[in-house]
Amino acid sequence: MAINARKPYPSQPVDGIERYHGNQLVYLSWDRHLIFAAPFITCVLPGLRFGEFVDTVLAPLIAADPDAAVIDWTKAQWLKANQPFAPDFARSLADNGIGHKDQLRLQTPWLNTVCGGAAG
Amino acid sequence: MDMKVQKAKLGLKERYRLMTRDLGWTPSYQPPEALFPYAGYEGIVIHDWEKWEDPFRLTMDAYWKYQAEKDRKFYAIIDAQAQNNGHLNITDARYLSALKIFLQAISPGEYAAHKGFARVGREFPGVGTQVACQMQAIDELRHAQTQIHALSNYNRYYNGFHAFIQQRDRIWYNSVPRSFFDDAMSGGPFEFIIAIGFSFEYVLTNLLFVPFMSGAAYNGDMATVTFGFSAQSDEARHMTLGLECIKFVLEQDPRNVPIVQRWLDKWFWRGLRLLSLVGTMMDYMLPKRVMSWAEAWDIYGEDNGGALFRDLARYGIRPPAGWADAGKARDHISHQFMLALYQWSFGTAFHGWIPSDDDMDWLSAKYPDTFDRYYRPRWMHFRKLAEAGTPFRNVGLAKLCQTCQFPCVFTEADDPTLLCHRELEREGHRYHFCSDHCQTIFEHEPEKYVQAWLPMNQLFQGTSGGGGIENWMKWVNLVDGQDNGDFEGSQDQRNFAAWKGQSTTNAR
Repeated sequence: MAINARKPYPSQPVDGIERYHGNQLVYLSWDRHLIFAAPFITCVLPGLRFGEFVDTVLAPLIAADPDAAVIDWTKAQWLKANQPFAPDFARSLADNGIGHKDQLRLQTPWLNTVCGGAAG
Repeated sequence: MDMKVQKAKLGLKERYRLMTRDLGWTPSYQPPEALFPYAGYEGIVIHDWEKWEDPFRLTMDAYWKYQAEKDRKFYAIIDAQAQNNGHLNITDARYLSALKIFLQAISPGEYAAHKGFARVGREFPGVGTQVACQMQAIDELRHAQTQIHALSNYNRYYNGFHAFIQQRDRIWYNSVPRSFFDDAMSGGPFEFIIAIGFSFEYVLTNLLFVPFMSGAAYNGDMATVTFGFSAQSDEARHMTLGLECIKFVLEQDPRNVPIVQRWLDKWFWRGLRLLSLVGTMMDYMLPKRVMSWAEAWDIYGEDNGGALFRDLARYGIRPPAGWADAGKARDHISHQFMLALYQWSFGTAFHGWIPSDDDMDWLSAKYPDTFDRYYRPRWMHFRKLAEAGTPFRNVGLAKLCQTCQFPCVFTEADDPTLLCHRELEREGHRYHFCSDHCQTIFEHEPEKYVQAWLPMNQLFQGTSGGGGIENWMKWVNLVDGQDNGDFEGSQDQRNFAAWKGQSTTNAR
């Protein structure tokens, strides 16, 4: 559908990557770990190695959950744009195909101490 | 000498005719389309504006008289409240968080509604509609003023009230109500009146005003009760205007039905999202509670709304698309939102807190299917961290919905253990949504919503104060350590206790 307007309606997104001074936005969720009320928004360099991203950006954000300390990263599962995704920890975000405003979801179905019970 | 005897007074009907319908005229220098350029582009077809029935038959002279009388009463009570330290009569200073949210989020909305109704009063061709919209425009302005005046007395004593004007535009959570009204005001006149006049004022306003004003009464807040009463007769008129408007539009032409239906789908959902703040207030922020959000939803949403949409079915209107999902979210949203406000309270101009054992028992009783199962464990975890001296602060910022601009705190309609993730790509850009319904709203008018000014994203662009949390706090006029954070240990908590003590004991 297109907007209904009396005149041409030119509009520009205000969130393009060019506005982030060389960085890009990446959204992060840890499925079923709901002590964190919403997905996180992060602003990072596209050249950051994925492993470094996990260690320096993701890990501090989720440290308040007791499960965070015992995540086995070799077994962790990921979704990107809600589709299964296998990141290479040694390569950069860009090389992994993680672009501006992509949403990553971390899944650790064997862990859920606080929010309990449900399988993930 | 023969003189014609003048009738002493005009009859009601005649007065109404002269003071409303008779004020209109048929233009001769310009075609009607040039005078009313916005009346046609939305696709709504009106054959006869004379069919518009004004249910109140209120004329401007009578209107001024009634409103002046109400204002006199209102300001007499507000003065008395201020002179008698009425702020110490509230049940507990935690209650103030509800007032701060109201002043920051809702009162500016009254002002936005004033601007919107003033505009559509000019844009609608029918004179009956013009006069009704003009009165509502003045009502909304009066509501904004009386609310600000009523709450200004609290601003003399407590934190978080002082910068509501700047915070309306700048602080992250207020982009929810702001975008709601901006969206309505940037629509055409028919969409605006269906959005605000019908969907908000008629379908949802009872969920806002009844619990809020009863909550004020239960918690000793005379100022809020007074502006509530002063607004109540206006609200009745607004609701009737909203209902009259939708029936008038639906009766004029069958082509109007699908357009109106889409607006109902959209504005019901946007309104519901906005009101999740009210649910949080009812379930968590009132020290003495009136009813739960779930109970209010059953009465004012399910029962009243259900009856309304059964009544509209004869025009071919069905309940809004989000109706069933709204019912499923009933037992969840207030908990999800208070948990969020608590963990982000470093960035709010009001206080959050962990509910007490008594509070949690009340919540279990009101939400037997959800509270103990899903939400108590999270609160208990937060309490454990607080007691250990390491209170939980969510150090991350939140992903916002491109449409409603809420942080994406909402779970899947059928799975309360999983956050709802929705996204789409358009012209090389990616957009995220809190729900299917917000995504659908975007898909209908993507050109509008791609421009959304999302506060979290802007923070990273460096536009909100120049980058960094400290600059951001200055920019939003948030005084760190006073306006924000946990209620436990706050200046509001200490001052209220001290002043209350002085008023009831010999403490100095």
